[in-house]
Amino acid sequence: MKRIISLRLNGKPVEDAVSDNTLLIDYLRDNHQLTGAKKGCDGGECGACSVLVNGRPRLSCITLTASCQGNDIETIEGQAKNGILSALQRAFHENLGAQCGFCTPGMIMVAESLLRRNVNPDENEIRQVLGGNLCRCTGYVKIIKSVRAAARMMETVS
Amino acid sequence: MNSPVKHTVAGKPVPLVDGIEKVTGKAIFTADMETTDCLIGRILRSPVSHGRIIRLDTTQAARLEGVVAIVTGEDCPQTYGVIPVAMNEYPMAREKVRYRGEPLAAVAAVDVKTAEMAIDLITVEIEELPGCYTPRESRAPDAPQLHDNKHGNLDRDVHHKFGDVDAGFAEADLVCEETFSCAEVNHAQMEPHAALADYDPERGRLTLHSVTQVPFYVHLTLAQCLEMDTANIRVIKPFVGGGFGARTETLNFEIITALLARKAGGKIMMKLSREESFLTHRGRPETEVILKIGLTQSGKITAIECETTQSGGAYAGYGLVTILYAGALLHGIYDVANVKYDGYRVYTNTPPCGAMRGHGTVDVRHAFECLLDRMANKLELDPFAVRRSNLIKAPTFTANELMINSYGLDECLDKVEKASGWQTRKNSLKPGHGLGMACSHYVSGAAKPVHWTGEPHAVVSMKLDFDGSITVLTGASDIGQGSSTIVAQAAAEVLGIDLSRIRVIANDSAITPKDNGSYSSRVTFMVGNAAIEAAQAMRKKLITAAAKKLEVHPDEIDCEGETFFVSGSSQSELSFHDVAIAALAQEGTINVKGTFSTPVEAQGGKQRGGAVGSTMGFSYAAQVVEVKVDVDTGQIKIEKVWSALDCGFAINPLAVEGQIEGSVWMGMGQAMSERTHFIDGMHTHANFLEYGFPTIMESPHIDVQIVESIDPLGPFGAKEAGEGALSGFPPALVNAVADAIGLEANFLPLTPDRVLEALIKFRRSARRREAIA
Repeated sequence: MKRIISLRLNGKPVEDAVSDNTLLIDYLRDNHQLTGAKKGCDGGECGACSVLVNGRPRLSCITLTASCQGNDIETIEGQAKNGILSALQRAFHENLGAQCGFCTPGMIMVAESLLRRNVNPDENEIRQVLGGNLCRCTGYVKIIKSVRAAARMMETVS
Repeated sequence: MNSPVKHTVAGKPVPLVDGIEKVTGKAIFTADMETTDCLIGRILRSPVSHGRIIRLDTTQAARLEGVVAIVTGEDCPQTYGVIPVAMNEYPMAREKVRYRGEPLAAVAAVDVKTAEMAIDLITVEIEELPGCYTPRESRAPDAPQLHDNKHGNLDRDVHHKFGDVDAGFAEADLVCEETFSCAEVNHAQMEPHAALADYDPERGRLTLHSVTQVPFYVHLTLAQCLEMDTANIRVIKPFVGGGFGARTETLNFEIITALLARKAGGKIMMKLSREESFLTHRGRPETEVILKIGLTQSGKITAIECETTQSGGAYAGYGLVTILYAGALLHGIYDVANVKYDGYRVYTNTPPCGAMRGHGTVDVRHAFECLLDRMANKLELDPFAVRRSNLIKAPTFTANELMINSYGLDECLDKVEKASGWQTRKNSLKPGHGLGMACSHYVSGAAKPVHWTGEPHAVVSMKLDFDGSITVLTGASDIGQGSSTIVAQAAAEVLGIDLSRIRVIANDSAITPKDNGSYSSRVTFMVGNAAIEAAQAMRKKLITAAAKKLEVHPDEIDCEGETFFVSGSSQSELSFHDVAIAALAQEGTINVKGTFSTPVEAQGGKQRGGAVGSTMGFSYAAQVVEVKVDVDTGQIKIEKVWSALDCGFAINPLAVEGQIEGSVWMGMGQAMSERTHFIDGMHTHANFLEYGFPTIMESPHIDVQIVESIDPLGPFGAKEAGEGALSGFPPALVNAVADAIGLEANFLPLTPDRVLEALIKFRRSARRREAIA
């Protein structure tokens, strides 16, 4: 059965008819052509599909769209403002936090949720928060470096 | 040694030229290309690991509304495989199935639900045959045979002998032999496999987008399996989410998707699940290494004897190359004259193995560096000292005639010894803590590719047009390693222009020049050199045009940044745009190209299989690993890793660091936790959780140092950087564990349960030894 879902998607109010069993990742991809969130596994193992729901990280591959009624959804596509990269995007780009780039949207979204509540996290906090986001290219070294660089950038700005 | 040459763009740690797309979600990967007019493809896979197909009935499935096409083994009678002499695989099984998960049939339907229902409606009857899951089972006298022409289930055996091994062992003061077993591992690249095939029946043309590292090989295989003219095929590689060797040969789903598209007369999106991506496999085979080394009291290696058995899975794939690599790179890192190598590649009823980062070399290097360490210990020699006793002096050729022009291993050793505080810390660590080290090396591209045509190994085209921008066209497959960035940097360096003036267009067979692909760490060396040559040709055109305009001889033209002027004169300067317009006035749009061919002397020895392992330059690496071992739980914690790699010259130090970190870490995964696992041929680790590669929580600091030996043939002196450091980790870890708790493990991975089991045995035998004493 379909029902009308209204939510905010990257800051814009949207309304769509969505089946009860539509996963959030499929909704983003099929209804809004937002392909940044990736399917890297068969469900809930890799974090590549991470988006923010009301500011908290959520695995969009195991989230029902119907459960997001009235929620604020943010994806990687909403991070750059007028084409200018967010601090995390810039830091991942400049520090080679992304090699193949497949896990990157999920990494950045989860790190974003961390930096919003703690602008100066220590390395252990970064590791804890990104513990569910797998990367096969970097050995995570430059991912940690990128998050720290973004935190410094944000501190300088604020 | 540092480069005496001053560079402006090469050698600079610039971000990836396609990095913005990656951090903004704009990078389009194959699975992101689904459009509303796509049909959905699904594959039916064998439920048994060995059997004869009695009946495959698709009638019911074909009747289902919404099913557009069904293909089975009947639709493709052509075998394929990456090695021309070993093509023994069908995209979908015919007559026999040889591993659980082997494709049997595929459907294209209007949506996922219909495609999945159709798969369920296909009925299969298979007469099950007994399976072989280990080389021992496969080679038993009464073992069932997987392939009719392969008696004893032996895919390949290779036997090499150099020097006088018996005399070498007779010279030694200590000879030791040990057996090592290394589990099978998988690339587990983050992006699951996917392909998008579009067939236009009116024109008889096929376009395939795929996750491949080797679009050129895919192109050839599609032509062969679909019996099409290559001219009617176009292969495009979009962004690819990692490869590590998983995609260095054409994979069955790519051919299946194309077959479906042709049958449906349309566009098929085939997305494989993570489980299917694991089943497609092509990983590093389970390997047993029996190794014997002879050593003098002073630490000089006198002889090596090695027998390697690889459990290759059900089909040949890259098997011949893998088993040859294991022998070819066993010894060439050190100066060793006497070597005997026997390699056996055995068929088993499991998914086919293939090439994986460090192809063929990792498990033998592991055995070698572990045994060498133990022997050094027995002779009371320092592990660094014993390696220093066996260094090579470049330029030279190894015993198996592999060319070495640059060799920075000595400097790598110095760097990690110093950084880790080895000499002061080694014997003063707390109980349960240990330091271990190892060395490794890898080729910078195979000097002879598997598909030998005689053409140059790499071609790069370059275009300058009215807008003053330089477009570089390359077939090099960027799979995250940064090849497009290296090509851009090489071009900008030679042209003396800003990187922003360059656009790289890669991997579209209709537009870009042919390239063999991203494997054997060939791209920086070969494509880098081709890019340099193309840029030199372009530069010559620009200088000539500037000279004409300034009415001087081209030799008198100097160029600084994007300004052209007469040497020694500060007047009459020309901007890049002025010169570009002057050059275009002569001949219109300028197209130039550069090529790279491997020198004959780099192509290896005359012995059978001697081309494998041959290259223009080897990278070298040394590594120190510090561990803490909990003897009650068997848990190993990596405290820190120090790695130094001789990459000749770092065209992009940021990317080189990233490659070293990633490869060291991948070696750590293989050493600590990763392995595939089968129960009667059923893959029980075909997901990330059970396969278990390290998360950010277990991943240590990796201290990286770059050594630049400036290879005379490398682009700006560069060699490979993405594979060489990997195989140093597992032995350095095992050596560190031995240093920490005395346990000399002969198995990989060192999971806590296996470490604990080994510890119990180790303690028992220690007690026995004490009782006897």
